[in-house]
Amino acid sequence: MVMFEAPDANIQTGLMALTRLNLTNFRCYDFARLEVDSRPIVLTGPNGAGKTNVLEAVSFLAPGRGLRAARLGEVGRRYGAQHSASETCGPRAWAVAAQLAWDDATVDIGTGLEPTTDETRRERRIIKIDGETGKSQKDLGLLTSALWLTPQMDRLFLEGASGRRRFVDRLILGLHPDHGGPVSAYDHSMRSRNKLLKEGCRDGDWLDSVEDSMARYGIAVAARRLETVDSLQELAAGDDGPFPGAELEMQGRLESWLDDMSALDAEDRFREALSAQRKSDRGLGATSIGPHRSDLLVHHRKNGEKASQCSTGEQKALLIRIILAAAQLQTRERGRPPLLLLDEIAAHLDAKRRAALFDIICSLRIQAWMTGTDNSMFQALGERAQFFDISAARIEKISVTHKAFYNSI
Amino acid sequence: MATGDIDLLIQLMSKLPGLGPRSARRAALHLIKNREQLLKPLATAMASASQSVKQCSACGNLDTVDPCVICTDARRDSSIICVVEEVADLWALERTAVFKGRYHILGGVLSPLDGIGPEDLSIGGLLNRAGRDAISEVILATSATVDGKATAHYITDRLSECNVTVTALAHGIPVGGELDYLDDGTLSAALRERRKS
Repeated sequence: MVMFEAPDANIQTGLMALTRLNLTNFRCYDFARLEVDSRPIVLTGPNGAGKTNVLEAVSFLAPGRGLRAARLGEVGRRYGAQHSASETCGPRAWAVAAQLAWDDATVDIGTGLEPTTDETRRERRIIKIDGETGKSQKDLGLLTSALWLTPQMDRLFLEGASGRRRFVDRLILGLHPDHGGPVSAYDHSMRSRNKLLKEGCRDGDWLDSVEDSMARYGIAVAARRLETVDSLQELAAGDDGPFPGAELEMQGRLESWLDDMSALDAEDRFREALSAQRKSDRGLGATSIGPHRSDLLVHHRKNGEKASQCSTGEQKALLIRIILAAAQLQTRERGRPPLLLLDEIAAHLDAKRRAALFDIICSLRIQAWMTGTDNSMFQALGERAQFFDISAARIEKISVTHKAFYNSI
Repeated sequence: MATGDIDLLIQLMSKLPGLGPRSARRAALHLIKNREQLLKPLATAMASASQSVKQCSACGNLDTVDPCVICTDARRDSSIICVVEEVADLWALERTAVFKGRYHILGGVLSPLDGIGPEDLSIGGLLNRAGRDAISEVILATSATVDGKATAHYITDRLSECNVTVTALAHGIPVGGELDYLDDGTLSAALRERRKS
């Protein structure tokens, strides 16, 4: 089976691409504006020039805390010591605005931190869609979705399971913009239970009610993770592509119950287990069962090795394979591909795999935003992409027919 | 800028819900400019409310009489109690003019993370009413939040010993709502709770 083939000519794949991006007081940018078309975008420049900041800005156009998982107050532009104390203290308002091309239509979207002088007020993210204030980040999720791969994720298979759970949840959010609701509801209920147990609560009815919430939301989260990982598995398993086939499995007690019984029965089972483990969980100071204990297991399909045992290059290749499968799944489920943010993507990839990755991105009609320190890494893209040079927070378009560009590669 | 009484007025007004320091200054200035038409009548009304408004010992509603007019209204069905979180929720339901039973105000929802437990709410009072009065139905009208739902679940458990039917408000499509714009949770709740038309 050939994976990542161009979309079937009979299936009209929609388009999702940014055509304009404005940054205001964002990280190192005072103000920046990029006019682009739907082709992939390559941002090159020295370290610390502000390339990843552009990717982070794009990531804020989808629900969530962006690719750095930053607090809103950390994102505003920081001034140097020459500015007055009043300018340096407190979170600064910032904004990211964009025009999104959605098939034949365009929509103006924007998000940012609301300017406020009241220090007691909570930081609040504002969402604007065609000039109207959106109710929640989910409104953005109905319009856009973004997947990303950053150098920090290179250790995804080596570090703790919580990073992998967040990774899966982020992939799900691209398919189901409301997935954040059950995840945070489960987390809220679990923290409530832990607190009640810690305080020695003996009110069984109260614990029952909190555990009932955990059971309902926990099973909903586990079921969605299971369903999504199964779908990803179908798309990521083939061995004949440039990136290794990956065996994916969501592993956990709830997941195994869901394999054996209906969701309603699994809810009852989870409820009973929570009730039975109150005493031991009180001693443990934590909840010992639930979707917060599940893990995403990844194996290299061909050699059967656990992803964590593979070489650094193979781990990166497996991760790219999963991300591309997720992009393909989103295209299939939502009718249009997500935005793809690939930070320092060329690292760990040989020339053959780099070229293959670019071919896949172009065949899936994905607007990928890629960064690198060296133009030559993106040579294989040629005129299929648009190139920008970033230096000290200044963004300039490079013409691919420009002599200097070819000299540089 | 301002001193003494004006400053105090602004400070106090900025503590009101929905008002920040800037809007409190504007509101205070507006009151002072309209001393006869607004400031004095408001001060009188506030002094009077502070004297006369009390909490209904039966349901927790706010009124100038105890028990409140809803609890003593003989035209209302005393066998049905609607449980709400706050007085504002009672007012919202009263605006619909649909519900003709009585109320019980919890005073919030159970929230372990905020340190709010059953003893901080008027759940004991509700159980007394359900056990003592001739109550046939208790309608739970708590919010559809995690804590609101957990509170409803808790009350249902506690009421299981009383001989009452416990119901909850339906979740579904808002009047005038378009299906395409609804979230999956609301739509699936609406489907689950569909009824014969």
